[in-house]
Amino acid sequence: MKCTKIISELADYLDEALDSELRATIEQHLGRCKDCRIVVDTCKKTIQIFCNSEPAPLPPDTSQRLHDALLKKLRRPQA
Amino acid sequence: MGSPKLSPSQPRSLPSQVVKDDEQALVMAAKAGDMPAFETLVSRYERKIFRLTQNITQNREDAEDAMQESFLKAYEHLGEFQGNSRFYTWLVRIAVNQALMKLRRRRPNVVSLDQELDTGEDMMPREVEDWGPSPEERYGQSEMGSILSKVIGELDPSFRIVFQLRDIEELSTEETAEALGLSVPAVKSRLLRARLKLRERLNPYFRRGVHS
Repeated sequence: MKCTKIISELADYLDEALDSELRATIEQHLGRCKDCRIVVDTCKKTIQIFCNSEPAPLPPDTSQRLHDALLKKLRRPQA
Repeated sequence: MGSPKLSPSQPRSLPSQVVKDDEQALVMAAKAGDMPAFETLVSRYERKIFRLTQNITQNREDAEDAMQESFLKAYEHLGEFQGNSRFYTWLVRIAVNQALMKLRRRRPNVVSLDQELDTGEDMMPREVEDWGPSPEERYGQSEMGSILSKVIGELDPSFRIVFQLRDIEELSTEETAEALGLSVPAVKSRLLRARLKLRERLNPYFRRGVHS
């Protein structure tokens, strides 16, 4: 299996959406191709870093304006 | 509509970590007119929804407007929420629509989520550099937030939004496709490219020997 094929299957490989035969073939390739192994590892890390990142606190004015707008709406009966 | 299978070894947090156990009870209470329950839901998700609208619109004012309109719309249409999906997923879909409307209004000629993409050789990574075991620990939370915000903001909207929904908000591929009006193969193709591009753009920050 060529490196280009590994890259084209990467999204499904990372999401564990491949059949077991293709997955095993890819893992064999990863065992002997350092470059592909690094790409897979750093892609996993990229997803993990974004997924685990905490959103920043809202600026105080932004939060206040949101809650003011909601209060205004909540006080009115729903249409 | 099924979520992709996740194994314990996969570096993603499970949806159960995003959505707290009492969400369903809060939604039921809010539907019955319990305003503090709805306020609790808003307080719980306002930061995540603002990050979502900010990442889509890349404009602070539009992001705030889209977030506010999303919660107001959610409240207005709460009676229509059937509980077939998570409340948070439903809210994300509303927020995506609001944010996309803002983005298209501001950049009508730029944003086409369903344009054809080239496929093939150009996806091969040009830089292959190892990051080491815990690159994220080299930066403080605030600095890391700025780095992530910068690199995702540099992506083409059609990649950025798919990555945001799939890998940050943890919608399934099918939910992402439905929310954006794309086919499942189109979502997969954009997701692959987004992941590869982000990986490459994070290289200068995370490769071995940097900032360690």
